[in-house]
Amino acid sequence: MLTILALASVILLGIVPQQSEAIVIYTGWERHALVGSDIRLSCSFFSWRWTSDDVTFSWSYRADGARDSISVFHYTGGSPYVDNKGPFRDRLEFVGNPGRRDGSILLKNLDYGDNGTFTCDAKNPPDIVGRASSVRLLVFEKVPIQAGVITGAIIGAVLGLLVLVVVIYYLMRFLVARRVFNLSVSKHGKKGKGKEGSQQRQVPVLSIGDPSKLKAAASEKKKQESRKDKK
Amino acid sequence: MLLILLAVLILHLIILVLLFVSTIANAWTVGGTKNTDLWYSCLTTKGGYHCSSASNEDWIQAVQALMVLSVLFCLFSLVFFMCQLFTLVKGGRFFFTAVFQILASLFVMCGAIIYTVMRPDGEEDAAFGFAYILAWVSFPLCLVSGLIYIVLRKRE
Repeated sequence: MLTILALASVILLGIVPQQSEAIVIYTGWERHALVGSDIRLSCSFFSWRWTSDDVTFSWSYRADGARDSISVFHYTGGSPYVDNKGPFRDRLEFVGNPGRRDGSILLKNLDYGDNGTFTCDAKNPPDIVGRASSVRLLVFEKVPIQAGVITGAIIGAVLGLLVLVVVIYYLMRFLVARRVFNLSVSKHGKKGKGKEGSQQRQVPVLSIGDPSKLKAAASEKKKQESRKDKK
Repeated sequence: MLLILLAVLILHLIILVLLFVSTIANAWTVGGTKNTDLWYSCLTTKGGYHCSSASNEDWIQAVQALMVLSVLFCLFSLVFFMCQLFTLVKGGRFFFTAVFQILASLFVMCGAIIYTVMRPDGEEDAAFGFAYILAWVSFPLCLVSGLIYIVLRKRE
C-alpha cells in the first residue's frame, strides 16, 4: 500500500513540472537564396505533450526596414490558410506535416523585395507558452564566394597532390624492393639514391654462381667506389 | 666545406624570412593614408587605424594561396635539407631539397605576377610597398638557392 502511494506521488510530482514546461520552436537562423528560385522555410517545435488536434502554426513577415509585421500563413483546425492578399499572394505553399510537428512553408519565385525576417509561432494546446522563432531571408543575384574558400582549396589541392606523389614514390620503391628481394639476398642500402642502391643489389645477383665472376664483380665494385671518392 | 654548408643554410634562412615577411606585412600597395596587402585594406584617418578585409575576388585569394604555399614549401625544403644532410650517401645530390626550393620560387613568381597584373588601378598616388618588392627579390634568390642544391654534393 505504502509503496503504491509512494509510486503514485512520484508520478504525479513528475507530471506537474512537465505541465509548466514551455514549447520550444526551431527555425533556421539565416537563409540565402538566388533571385527567382524557391526556398523552403522550416519550422518545427518541441513539446512535452502529445501533438494535439488543435495544433496551430502561424508565419508572419517583416520586411527589411519596416517596423511592423504582417501575417502571411496560419494553420488551424486541421487546414492551412495561405496569404491571398499580401506580398506573397499565389507564391506561398504549405509543405509541412502538422502531425509530425512540421510547419514549413515554400516560397516561390523570390525577388529582392522578399528580403526580411520571417517569424514562426506554433501552439500545441494546452502547451501554449513559448517564444516565437525568426529566420532571416537574404536574396542574392549571385551567391557570393566566402572569403578564403578559394585560398583553402588551392592550398589543400597542392598539399594533397604532394602527399599523393610521396605515397606513390614510396609504394613504387616498396614494390620494386619486394620483386628484387625474391631473387637475391641483399642488404638494404641507406635511404638516398635509388640508382646506387640498385647497383649494390645487382652485384650480389651476379655473384651467385661462378667464383671467377665473383672476383670480377668485386673488382668492379672497388673501381666504382674509387670513382665516387675522387669526386 | 663547413663554410659552404653554413653559407647555403644562411641563404635559405634569409629566403624563408623574406617570404614570411612579404606574406604578412601590410605593405603591398601604399599610397597616402591607405595600406593594402593580401589580407586587409587599412586606412589611417584622424580617428586611428581602420582595417577591413580585402575583397573576396578570386585573384587575391589565388595570390594568398600561392604566397602561403611558397612559405610552406621553403620550410619543407629546409626540413628535407636537414634530413638529407644525415641520411644521404656520400656523393649524393640534394634533389628533394632542390625540387621543393624551386617549386617555392615558382609559386612566389606566380603570386607576384598575378598581383602585378590584377591590381586595381584607380587609386591616385598608389605605389608598390616594400612587401611587394620583397616578394620579387625572394624569387631569384630562391631559384638560385634551388640550383645550388642541385649542384651541391655531399662529402664526409
